[in-house]
Amino acid sequence: MRLHISLDDGVPIYLQIVNQIKYLLASGRLGQGDELPPIRVLAEQLLINPNTVARAYRELETAGILTKRRGAGTYVSDKGSPLARGERARIVEGRIDALLVEAQQLDFDLDELTQLIKKRAKLFTREDRKR
Amino acid sequence: MSKSDVSVEHPVEVQGLTRRFGKTVALDNVDLVVPRGLVFGLVGENGAGKTTLIKHLLGLFKAETGRVRVFGLDPIEKPEEVLGRIGYLSENRDLPNWMRVRELMMYTQAFYPKWDETYAEDLRKTFDLDPSARISNLSRGQRAQAGLLIALAHRPELLLLDEPSSGLDPVVRRDILTAIIRTVAEEGRTVLFSSHLLDEVERVADYVAMIHKGKMALAAPIDEIKERHWRVTLRFATTRTAPPELPGALWWDGRGNEWSAVCDGRLDALKQAAREIDAQVVEEGAPSLEEVFVARVKAGQAEPREI
Repeated sequence: MRLHISLDDGVPIYLQIVNQIKYLLASGRLGQGDELPPIRVLAEQLLINPNTVARAYRELETAGILTKRRGAGTYVSDKGSPLARGERARIVEGRIDALLVEAQQLDFDLDELTQLIKKRAKLFTREDRKR
Repeated sequence: MSKSDVSVEHPVEVQGLTRRFGKTVALDNVDLVVPRGLVFGLVGENGAGKTTLIKHLLGLFKAETGRVRVFGLDPIEKPEEVLGRIGYLSENRDLPNWMRVRELMMYTQAFYPKWDETYAEDLRKTFDLDPSARISNLSRGQRAQAGLLIALAHRPELLLLDEPSSGLDPVVRRDILTAIIRTVAEEGRTVLFSSHLLDEVERVADYVAMIHKGKMALAAPIDEIKERHWRVTLRFATTRTAPPELPGALWWDGRGNEWSAVCDGRLDALKQAAREIDAQVVEEGAPSLEEVFVARVKAGQAEPREI
């Protein structure tokens, strides 16, 4: 499990961990029953406060994504993976929101933006075929 | 609650501490409460009073006015009881230059009944310090590691680090941060460290205290500081030579028709006020700890500047 902490984008560190673990689940890089690194290990790896890691794990436990097994670490719970479609949609929605704001500031209306997206998507599939 | 319970809850309690050096006020009515089991970051410019405050905790300075308690005790009255439970790394890493690393370890061990020989040896190996090397021949980074070793090896209840990372390369800085993380991960231990590297503080601290010109400008949990402050960029229809007056704005930066503010307080109120003077919010977000600090410092200084 490889997480990245950024201090520039204003997102609290515990939330960055929560979001990235959700993302790893949604993309299948983390699956049902997988064990997460102990709090202290992850804290030392990311060079962050262990209390911050603990807070992130707590939030994910409350959300039912992680479970603690007594004396045996933290695991992805049975219902934690794969993430519900709603959760996956939320991740993409976040990106879309950012795109919409930027497009608005650069003076693109929704139609133009949709056309641009379609054009780029075509390029993507063409490149896939080449590989 | 008995006295010892209080000391357990708050390893450090400072009330109304004032200290002058000649005409200079180094500390001005400073309050500080450090809760147990947390990492407390002390930030401020050079000469803000951070080292002076730390030296009061060690009993190296006597409080002129105010009260200093460490583990509920006065460090001047009970130096042995207090110092035996503190691990301290000084800003200048003043170590006996004539000793060898092995001698430094044995010498320091004599002062601490709780010295953990195995742990000390583990640290020495981790830091790759040659036991027969003379302290005077150590590099800057190795000197910091040696200082850190003797501060940690008796597993202190309170770890006091004065500018631990200043002037060090990334590898040794990583050792320092790891030591902080390990100390607090071990149940109940507390860390107080001063630093001017705000990104480092943001990574490892639970609490932040900002000292500015001897005064405590802000002391709060880091999450609270992050949640309470905003960075907002406004766009005006016309050019301005000075920023507007808006509620909660601590500090403005900008020119022409675009100005950014770091604000403390409710974002809604500020946005409402911005609308009333026909300004458009073009960007909003959370500021970094560094931006909050700079805004706080500048807010206490001169008029906003145009750049």
